[in-house]
Amino acid sequence: MKRPLVTIDANEATALVAHKLSEVIAIYPITPSSSMGEFADEWSAQKKANLWGTVPLVVEMQSEGGAAGAVHGALQTGSLTTTFTASQGLLLMIPNMFKIAGELTPTVFHVSARTVATHALSIFGDHSDVMATRSTGFALLASNSVQEAQDMALIAHAATLASRVPFLHFFDGFRTSSEVNKIEQLTEDDLRNMIDHELIQAHRLRGLSPDRPVLRGTAQNPDVFFQGRETVNPYYNQCPEIVQKTMDKFAKLIGREYHLFDYVGAPDADRVLVIMGSGAETASETANYLNQHGEKVGVLKVRLYRPFSVKHFVEALPATVKKVAVLDRTKEPGAAGEPLYQDVVTAFAEVGDLHPLVVGGRYGLSSKEFTPAMVKAVFDELKLGAPKNHFTVGIHDDVTHTSLDFDPEFDIESPQTVRCVFWGLGADGTVGANKNSIKIIGEETDNWAQGYFVYDSKKSGSVTTSFLRFGPQPIRAPYLINKAQFVACHQFTFLEKYDVLKYAMPGGVFLLNSIYKPEEVWDHLPRDAQESIIKKKLRFYVIDAYDVANKTDMGGRINTIMQTCFFAISGVLPREQAIEEIKRAIKKTYGKRGDVVVQRNYEAVDQTLENLYEVTVPDTVTSTLTRRPPVPAQAPEFVRDVLGKIIAGNGDSLPVSAFPVDGTYPVGTTQWEKRNITLEIPVWEPDLCIQCGKCVVVCPHAVIRSKVYDPAYLENAPENWLASDARWKELPNEKYSLVVSPEDCTGCGLCVEVCPAKDKTQVGRKAINMAYQPPIREGEGVKWDYFLSLPEVDRTQISMRTIKNSQLLQPLFEFSGACAGCGETPYIKLLTQLFGDRIVVANATGCSSIYGANLPTTPWTKNEEGRGPAWSNSLFEDNAEFGLGFRLTIDKQGEYSRELLSHLAGQLGGDFVEELLSADQKSELGIRQQRERVELLKQKLQGMDDPKARDLLSLADVLVRKSVWIVGGDGWAYDIGFGGLDHVLASGRNVNILVLDTEVYSNTGGQASKSTPRAAVAKFAAQGKGTPKKDLGMIAMAYGYVYVARIAMGANDQQTLNAFLEADAYDGPSLIIAYSHCIQQGYDLINGLKQQKLAAESGVWPLYRFNPGLIEQGKSPLTIDSKAPTIPVSEYAYNESRYRMLLHTDERRAEELMKKAEYDAKQRWELYRQMALLQYQEPQNGDDAEEKAD
Amino acid sequence: MVDLNTTYLGLELKNPIVASSSPLTQKPETAVQLEEAGVSALVMHSLFEEQIIRESLKLNEDLLRGSESFYEASNFLPNYGQFKIGPESYLDTLKSVKDAVTIPVLGSLNGVSTGGWVDYARRIEDTGADGLELNIYYLSTDINMPSNQLEDRYIDLVLDIRRQVQIPLAIKLSPFFTALPNFVEKLSQVGVNGLVLFNRFYQPDFDLENLEVVPNLVLSNSNEIRMPLRWIAMLHGRVSIDLAMSGGVHTGLDVLKAMMAGAKVTTIASAFLQNGVQWASKIQAEMVAWMEDHEYESIKQMQGSMSQKSVEQPDAFERVNYMKALSSY
Repeated sequence: MKRPLVTIDANEATALVAHKLSEVIAIYPITPSSSMGEFADEWSAQKKANLWGTVPLVVEMQSEGGAAGAVHGALQTGSLTTTFTASQGLLLMIPNMFKIAGELTPTVFHVSARTVATHALSIFGDHSDVMATRSTGFALLASNSVQEAQDMALIAHAATLASRVPFLHFFDGFRTSSEVNKIEQLTEDDLRNMIDHELIQAHRLRGLSPDRPVLRGTAQNPDVFFQGRETVNPYYNQCPEIVQKTMDKFAKLIGREYHLFDYVGAPDADRVLVIMGSGAETASETANYLNQHGEKVGVLKVRLYRPFSVKHFVEALPATVKKVAVLDRTKEPGAAGEPLYQDVVTAFAEVGDLHPLVVGGRYGLSSKEFTPAMVKAVFDELKLGAPKNHFTVGIHDDVTHTSLDFDPEFDIESPQTVRCVFWGLGADGTVGANKNSIKIIGEETDNWAQGYFVYDSKKSGSVTTSFLRFGPQPIRAPYLINKAQFVACHQFTFLEKYDVLKYAMPGGVFLLNSIYKPEEVWDHLPRDAQESIIKKKLRFYVIDAYDVANKTDMGGRINTIMQTCFFAISGVLPREQAIEEIKRAIKKTYGKRGDVVVQRNYEAVDQTLENLYEVTVPDTVTSTLTRRPPVPAQAPEFVRDVLGKIIAGNGDSLPVSAFPVDGTYPVGTTQWEKRNITLEIPVWEPDLCIQCGKCVVVCPHAVIRSKVYDPAYLENAPENWLASDARWKELPNEKYSLVVSPEDCTGCGLCVEVCPAKDKTQVGRKAINMAYQPPIREGEGVKWDYFLSLPEVDRTQISMRTIKNSQLLQPLFEFSGACAGCGETPYIKLLTQLFGDRIVVANATGCSSIYGANLPTTPWTKNEEGRGPAWSNSLFEDNAEFGLGFRLTIDKQGEYSRELLSHLAGQLGGDFVEELLSADQKSELGIRQQRERVELLKQKLQGMDDPKARDLLSLADVLVRKSVWIVGGDGWAYDIGFGGLDHVLASGRNVNILVLDTEVYSNTGGQASKSTPRAAVAKFAAQGKGTPKKDLGMIAMAYGYVYVARIAMGANDQQTLNAFLEADAYDGPSLIIAYSHCIQQGYDLINGLKQQKLAAESGVWPLYRFNPGLIEQGKSPLTIDSKAPTIPVSEYAYNESRYRMLLHTDERRAEELMKKAEYDAKQRWELYRQMALLQYQEPQNGDDAEEKAD
Repeated sequence: MVDLNTTYLGLELKNPIVASSSPLTQKPETAVQLEEAGVSALVMHSLFEEQIIRESLKLNEDLLRGSESFYEASNFLPNYGQFKIGPESYLDTLKSVKDAVTIPVLGSLNGVSTGGWVDYARRIEDTGADGLELNIYYLSTDINMPSNQLEDRYIDLVLDIRRQVQIPLAIKLSPFFTALPNFVEKLSQVGVNGLVLFNRFYQPDFDLENLEVVPNLVLSNSNEIRMPLRWIAMLHGRVSIDLAMSGGVHTGLDVLKAMMAGAKVTTIASAFLQNGVQWASKIQAEMVAWMEDHEYESIKQMQGSMSQKSVEQPDAFERVNYMKALSSY
C-alpha cells in the first residue's frame, strides 16, 4: 500500500493518530505539548472526523489536574479518551493516573517529555516528568523519532485496548516533538486494521451506565485493599507480550518492525549502551559508525519501559556483552542510581547468565545537546578497566567530577547529507519560511529531510536559528548541526554579536542579507567574519532583502526573499521548479488571508533573483571591526564571566562550578545586556513638554525616565544635554530632564502615542517623537549614562499620589525581554516605583515569569541602597498560596520580633522599643524613620550577649513594613490558580494580588481562559467564545472585605495609580485586575492604550475600586471610575483581529455574539451602578469588620 | 390613480424610489421590509476594494505578529477557519437579499484601480444582480497628476469592468469634476448605462480638544438635493444615459423635483435610517397626493419637465453666484 510521505513534527504526527482514535480529548496547554491539543482542536473545529466518522469532542480544562479528571470521567463512562501534556502538567495528572490504572482503564496519554522544574523552570526536554509517573501503573512507551512517534501512538492505542493497561506514550520534548522530519504517514486503513472493534465494545460496556449500574471507586480497609491491589498482576504480566504482538501486527501490516527492546550494532559487541528517547537514535548511528571503523559496540533501545520485561530485555542483548552503560535523561538526587540504570542492574541480577559490568550515567537534561561525540565518549569510557559510574556526559562537572570528556570535533555525518543553518530575527519569518522549505524538499524531491528550530528566550528582538538537513538517506540526527555547507544570516547586525560563521564548512556558501551593495559589503564585515570567509574559502552571496521587501510592500518580512535565494543558490531543485514550489507554499500558507497577501509575496519572489549577487572575496582581511563583547568590561564578575557567556550563546561551555547551587541569582542584570534592537527611538522636545510623566509611566521597558535635580548638575552635563525648569511646587528652582536609553528601547512608540503635548504650530509634533536611532545612538547613550549618575528624587519630599510625581521614582523593573509594547510590564514597573524597595513578589509561571526571570538576565533590580523587589516563581497553579506563604513568614516573624522587643525592652530602652512597636509606616517618611530605628536597634543588639538578642538581630528588618505582591496572568488567576487565589482572598491576610489580564494564555500561544470575553476568538474558542468573561472582581467583592480594583492604564492612569496605593495601604487582601494589551488580541500594540480607552468607554472594561475601608465610614465601598458605556462594544472590539476574525469566518455568529457582548457590557455596568448606590451603615461593635477571615 | 412607473438602466420599476446602499440593504430581513414599504429596487452596500485589501493585510499582519519567534508558541491566534475576506461574504449576502425580494437588486463595487478586483464585477453578475453600480472615487493628492489623467483612469476602469459584465452598469460620481458634462459623455461612450449624482463621502472633522482629525459622516437633509438637482437638470437631454439622484432625497416632493429635473430614479438611505423603512410608503403617498392635486398622470410625464432644456430661464441653472443673479435682472 502506498502511503503518503509527509514532512511534519512529532506533535502533529502523534495528534493525527490520537485524534483519529478518540471520541473525547480533554487538554490543558503546556509547552511543548500544546500544539498536539491545538491540532486536535483545529481538526475538530474543521469537522474532521475520527475513524468512526464522528468529530472528536475537544475540551480545554482549567488545569492538567482538571483535564485528567475529565479524562478519567469520560473513560469511566466508556469513551475512547486521550490527552496531551508534559512536565508539571503530567505531575498534576498523577493522582488520576493511579486511579485510571488501578481501574484497568484503557487510554493513552501522549507526552512530549519535559523537564520538571527544580532549581529552575525549564521548558525543554528530558524524562524527569515521565519518570515521576513510574509508580502509577501506566505502561510507559518511548518513541525516539518523528516516525516512531506516529507509529508508537498507534501501537499504544491498540495495546491499551488489548491489555486494559493505560499507556503513557512519550517522546523528547522539542528535540522530537518539534523536529520536522519526513515520515511515512499511516492511513485510516492502517489505523482501522490495528484497532480491534470488539475491544472498544468491551471498553464501552465497562462504562458506568444507569442501565447496568455498578459501583466503582470504593473505600477499602486493611483487610482487603492489599489483595485487591494484587488482582491486576495478570494484566501487567501479559502486557509486554500484548505490546510485542501489537508491534508484530504493525510490522506485518505496515512493514516497520519494533520490539520491546531493539538492539542495534555488532552481533558480537562487548560494549552496549542502553538508552531510550531521541538519544537512542544518535547512539545507534554512532555505534554503526564506530563498528564500521573496527569497534564492536551496540545500543539497546528501550521502547516499553513499563511494564519492564526483564526477560525481553536480557534476550535482546548479545551474549558477548561485557560492559553496559545505561544512560538516563533524568536525575534522581540521592538515589542509588537513575531509574533505567536501576532497572537494568535488577534485570541482570534476576535473570539469565549475563552479568556484565553495568555503569549508569546522565545526559541531555533540559534538552542539553547529546551528540555522537558524547556517545563515543561513553563507549570509550567502557573500554577502561574501571569505567566511571554515575557519570555525566555533555557538561563539564568540575565540582564532583562526574563528567566524561568528549571531542567536540568528532563527526559522523554523511557528506551526502546537506546541512544548512539560517540565522533569523524573530519577526522576519525566517523560521516559517524554513519550515516551508524543508516541507518542499521533503515532499517534492526524493530527499529525506529534517528541520529543527532554536529560539532565544526574549519575546522582542529574538534570534532564531534554523537547522535544515536533507539527503538521500533518512535523517537520524537529533542534534544540532555544527558543520554546514550553507549558512545564511538574515540580519546584518548579528555579525556584530555572534560568531555566525562558526557553522560554516570549508568550501561552503555564506548568504548575507546586507544593506550594503556587493562591492562595498566587504568593508563593513567584522574582522572575524572576513577571516572565516577567506580561511574557509566560502562562496559569499548578498542580497538587500529589506530593499526588495520594501519595494514589494512586504514590510519587514524577508522570509520568502531569503527562501528564494536559498533555493537559487543551493540548487536542490531546478530554479523554475523551486520558484513554482515556493509560490505554491505561499498560496497554501497565505491564500485564505486574501489575494493581496499572496500577490505581494509572489512579487517579492519574482524580484529576488535580480537582486542576488555573488561577492568577489578579496584575499586579505581588511576590517578593523571586532565583535562587540556581550557585556561591557565594567560589568560585575558574575555577569561578565557567567551571564555574558550565556548572552553570547556559549552557555554550554560553562562548568558546573560557575552556577549557584540553589538557583539563586543576582538582580539588576538586564542593564548589562544592551540589545540594541530598534532603529527608531523617542527623542524629547523640552519646549513642548508639560512634564506630565505619561510617557514614563507607559513605557513597557523603563527606557524613558525623568528626574528633577539641582541646576548645578548642568555644569558637567554632556554635550546636547536637554533640560527645562522643573514644574513642581515642592521642588522649587530645580531642573527637569527626560532621557531615553537608546540601546534598551524596543521602539514600540507607546510613549509618543500617549504624549498629550502638541506643537501649536504643527500638531503632528509632540513633546516626544520617534527618530532614526543609528546616528544618535552614541550621543543619547552618553546622556543616559549621565542621567543615571544624577541623584534620585528624595521619596519623602514628594507625594506619590499623582502620575507626574510617581514618575520621578526609580523603577526597579527595567529592560525586560517582553514584547515591544507589552501591556503587562508598565503595571509591574509602576508597582516597583511605588513600593519596590519593600516588596516580595510571588510570580506565577507565564509571560511575566519568562520576561522576569529567564536567563541570562533579569529586569528586577535594586536601588542605590541595595533594596529592591525580592522575587520568586514557584509554579503556575500555586502562586497565590506561594505568596501567602511569604505573608505568613512576615506576619509570624513580625510577631516574634515584637515579642522579642518587648522582652528586651529593659536592655534596649522602653521608649525606643515603644517607638519601634508603634511606628506609623503609612508614609515614605514613616518607613524611612523606622529603617533608621531598626539600624539603631541592630547596633544595640550587636553588643548584647543574649540568645534572644541574636534572634532579634536576625529578624529585625521585618520590623520595617513589607508588602507581599502576588503577580500572574489570567490563565493563573481565572483558571489553574483560581482555587488557591480564592482561598488566599478568603484568608483575610494582607496580600496584594495583581492580575495581568490579557484575556488568553499568552505565553503558551493564545489559548482561551475563563477571562476570554464573549465573541472573541482564541484557541479552543475558534468559533468565538460563547460565554461571557468570568467576573473575577465580582467574586472577590462578594467577600466584602477584599479590596478590588479593575484598572486600565490607557483608560485612566490616575485611577491605576490610586488602585495601587489603596491596595497596598489596605490591611487585608487586595486584588487588582489590570487590562493588559497583548499581541494575541490581534493589533499593532502601538494602539494598545487607545484600545484600553475604548474598552472602558464601551463598558467592556469598566473601571472601579471596591474599598472595604469605606464601609467603616458608612460609605459605599464601590466607586465606579468610568462612565456608562458611550460607544458600542463593536467600535472597540472590531479594531482587534481576535474579534474581527469571526466576521470573516462566521459573520452571523459574530453578529449574534457581538449583540450579546453589548448586552453583557450594559448589564454589568448597570449592576455595578446599582451596587455603588447601596446604602451602607457604619459597623457597630461586634460586627464583622475586623474578623475578616471568619 | 397616477402612474409611478419608471425605467432605470433598462429595468422596469414600479416607482422611482430606490433604496440606496445602507445597513438596511445588507440584510434579507430589512430588504424585505423595504420592498413591502414600496421601494422599487435596492442597491447593495459597496464591495470595497480598499476594504478587502486592508482586511487581508491586517489579518495577515495580526496572524504573523510574534509568530515563529518564541519556543512556547509558534503562533497566537487560531488560524483554523476559511476566511471570507474576498468578495465571498458580499456575494453570499447579495444572494440572500436577491432570494428574499422580488424587486431588482443592484450590486455595488467601490474601487480605484484596475486589476484583479474587477473580476468581482463578473462574480456579482453571476450571483444574480440585476445591475451594477460602480462607486469610484480617487482622491488625487499628487500635484503632478493632471485631471485628464485622472479621468482616463476612470474610463479605463469602467472599460475593464464593462468587459466583464453584461448587466446594466451605473456609475456613482463625486461632484468634483471640472468638466462634468464632457466626462459624463465619455462615460456613456464606454458603455455606462446610468449616472448616479452624487456620492457623499466621509469628510474629516477636527477634534479641537485633542487636536486630532476625526472622520465624520452625518445623514443628509433635503437641502442637499440642490446640487444634484442642478446637474441632473443640466445633463438631462444632453447625454444618452439614465440619471439617478442621490443624496438629500427625503420627501415625496424631493422625488418629484428630481423627476422634473430629469432623473429616472432617486436613491434614498438617510431618510430610511432616520425614519424607518415605512418612510418609503409616506414618500410614495406624498408623491401621489401632489400629483393628483396637480393633475399629473404619470412620472414619465414629468421626467425632465424642468430640465435646463425645458425651462423658460435656462441660464438660471448656470448662475454661480449672487452677483450674477442680480445682474441678470
